[in-house]
Amino acid sequence: MKALRFTALGYLAALILVPVGVIFYRTFERGVDAAWHSVTTPEAQHAFWLTLLMVVIAVPLNTLFGVTTALLLERRRFRGKSVLNSLIDLPFAVSPVVVGLALILLYGRTGWFGDWFADHGIRIIFSVPGMVLATIFVCLPFVVREVQPVLREIGTEQEEAARTLGASPAQTFWRITLPAIRLGVGYGVVLSTARALGEFGAVAVVSGHISGVTETATLRVQDRFESFDPVGAYSASVVLALMGAAVLLTMNILERRRRKVA
Amino acid sequence: MASLPARPAIAARVPLAGGVVVLYLSVIVLLPLAAVTAKAFDGGLGEFWEQVTQPQAVAALKLTIGVSLIVTAINVVMGTLIAWVLVRDEFRGKGFVNMLIDLPFALPTIVAGLTLLALYGSRSPVGLNVAYTRVGLAMALLFVTLPFVVRAVQPTLQEVDRDMEEAAASLGAGPWTTFRRIVLPNLRPAIVAGSSLAFARALGEFGSVVLISGNLPYKTEVGSVYIFGQIENDNVTGAAAVSVVLLLAAVLLLAAAGRIGRR
Amino acid sequence: MRISHRTLIAALVALAAVAAGCGGTGEESGAGGGGSLSLVAYSTPKEVYEQVIPDFQKTEAGQGVKFSQSYGGSGEQSRAVQGGLPADVVAFSLAPDVNKLVDKGLVDENWDKSKYDGFVSTSVVVFAVRKGNPKNIRTWDDLTKPGVEVVTPNPFTSGGAKWNVMAAYGSQVQQGKSEGDATAYLERLFKNVAVQDKSAREALQTFTSGKGDVLIAYENEAITAQQKGEDVDYVVPDETILIQNPITATTDAKKGAAEFVDYAKSDAAQKVFAEKGYRSVNPKLVDPKRYPQPKGLFEIAKFGGWSAVNDKFFDPDGVVGKIEQDLGVATG
Repeated sequence: MKALRFTALGYLAALILVPVGVIFYRTFERGVDAAWHSVTTPEAQHAFWLTLLMVVIAVPLNTLFGVTTALLLERRRFRGKSVLNSLIDLPFAVSPVVVGLALILLYGRTGWFGDWFADHGIRIIFSVPGMVLATIFVCLPFVVREVQPVLREIGTEQEEAARTLGASPAQTFWRITLPAIRLGVGYGVVLSTARALGEFGAVAVVSGHISGVTETATLRVQDRFESFDPVGAYSASVVLALMGAAVLLTMNILERRRRKVA
Repeated sequence: MASLPARPAIAARVPLAGGVVVLYLSVIVLLPLAAVTAKAFDGGLGEFWEQVTQPQAVAALKLTIGVSLIVTAINVVMGTLIAWVLVRDEFRGKGFVNMLIDLPFALPTIVAGLTLLALYGSRSPVGLNVAYTRVGLAMALLFVTLPFVVRAVQPTLQEVDRDMEEAAASLGAGPWTTFRRIVLPNLRPAIVAGSSLAFARALGEFGSVVLISGNLPYKTEVGSVYIFGQIENDNVTGAAAVSVVLLLAAVLLLAAAGRIGRR
Repeated sequence: MRISHRTLIAALVALAAVAAGCGGTGEESGAGGGGSLSLVAYSTPKEVYEQVIPDFQKTEAGQGVKFSQSYGGSGEQSRAVQGGLPADVVAFSLAPDVNKLVDKGLVDENWDKSKYDGFVSTSVVVFAVRKGNPKNIRTWDDLTKPGVEVVTPNPFTSGGAKWNVMAAYGSQVQQGKSEGDATAYLERLFKNVAVQDKSAREALQTFTSGKGDVLIAYENEAITAQQKGEDVDYVVPDETILIQNPITATTDAKKGAAEFVDYAKSDAAQKVFAEKGYRSVNPKLVDPKRYPQPKGLFEIAKFGGWSAVNDKFFDPDGVVGKIEQDLGVATG
């Protein structure tokens, strides 16, 4: 076991710990002040705000979708159920570059819906809505896939019992089902948030790189790196990493709770 | 409270909820993918085939699938190993190590790319200069796919019944034999599920790879970078065509994995 | 707790709708009077425009004009404008990226009949080397010596790389060699290429982070790197190509765009370009000590202009494509 343990730990240290160490080292290479300054410029603050906005829009929408879909898949029979089930995983299979391409094909000037939106004065691509669509795409499956197994595990006994006692479907859902799947939903939300925070490829293609308007935190990291501002790049990365760490911690706590319940 | 006729109320809900779900899925996922597919066949089947058989495209696809397979294979071994250590071993700091597993998942791809570059580039503090090679490419992919197999195997390993293992041990079976004959078959669905997700992720990875691989056509240029290049060169049809091929590979794989009884 | 859960979700969805709505209008909030212009440019002159724009805003024509700025790879930006990115002024790395907009009716076809032929800055292709030039790289032949690692961006994803390739090819022709010899030279050169980043700026990053012995780059990029404290020197080879960067207002541009383009070509703005490492389009402002004139300087017109060059060299089965393929098949 010791040999296994050291192999595992060595692999993890090399692959993960060391890179993270590098990020922190490069961030504070020129002092804490320099690092602090680069994450508090107006452009930096806007970038973090924009990233959070993406998260705040994409994650709740996907959560609603996720819980509803999981319920449909695990509690109902209907034609095309297995097709729906397979479609959910599609976002995992799509490269971010393709997502960006697809959105431009749909909503760009010469896209399928380009004219319609242009006529109504709404800009999708190269503006926040396009970036939101890209973000929603990439974190779509998470809540569904975390809630589904829980729904399967808990079974329908309690729900059926509630219904025989006269509860309406809505009451059954809020009082019986939802509390039971709470941890699954939570875990799914946390995974979606992590994914949304870190999205780069798809958003890069549809953002238009408008300084101070459509630059998310990840895009800012790239911009700072390319402008010979390594402190700027790494410090923004640290903020993102810290947000990621917060997500990680939540995952961990939920995972512990789930194990206790199981 | 009057007891409502439950059946009709539920039946009425399915079309509504189902409709909303399908609409959302269509707008967010299906429509964009349809647009790409339509574009890929913009010039007809012949044009599609020509784009997809461009030597540079073929090289990129071969490299992508090849490296992704290798990386997935490594993940299967190391991922299972790590999951085993996390579930069956006890040591100080195990909780911290457990948290680390998710880090690649929570870290943006571009940040991963930058750090791997700093670490394994020419000024490597650890003396490992593998950037701009296939090795560097593989390392970036190993980083981003790490959590998938581990997190798929962990819960299953936890639930596995130890009785049979103990029985086997008492009958004189060595630990490796026990693992191979008793534990592994139980883990197979989880490993398949985790590794298929890892493979799909590796196929499409862009942010971390585009920095560390060097993008040398025919040598280190992967599918997603080739697609990006074609878009840059106004060959959107070609980009869409190769995208469709990548997509198909991932979808087929996920479908196959699903059939081997995921979750 | 259940009810507040639902309310919370509803509130978030409402917030989403509001935020999406705000994003949808997209324009910079320009208070009445001045108006606002969108500048869409390639990545390297960012530092220049960050100074030229405030200078313009101090002039009469620029009073109260607000700017939104977007910087990215030249080709990427051109595609973005084609795809609907609002632009009143476009400033790209090479003329074809502007001509693509002409094809789509976004830029007037006579954009290059304006002052300085529509260009706002020029530069030349140089060799960026390590400080002190330890490998003594001075000529194009030095780049093909065994053991020399060359960095240049990927010609299929980077406009900058195309200038580099044509500079390399042209240098041979300029020396009197035949087309066949020049193509053979390109093949020897690409053998020594270790990395092909997807953009010129990324190639510069790769070089400054320690990879390679020589980077084929724009002179202004090398100067920018030096100004930012990077330890690089650069050599201006005897034969090299003149890089010309276009600027123009778009057809539906708002008021003030044409004035800004004129201002960018004015001596005041050109001095800023010169400070930041560009060769001004105004020959009088090019300091020969700082910007030596290469003996064998040539232009893209020598090879028939960009459309001919693109067809011949950068089509998938063009000259460069074949070279990459040969090299890849041999070693891949």
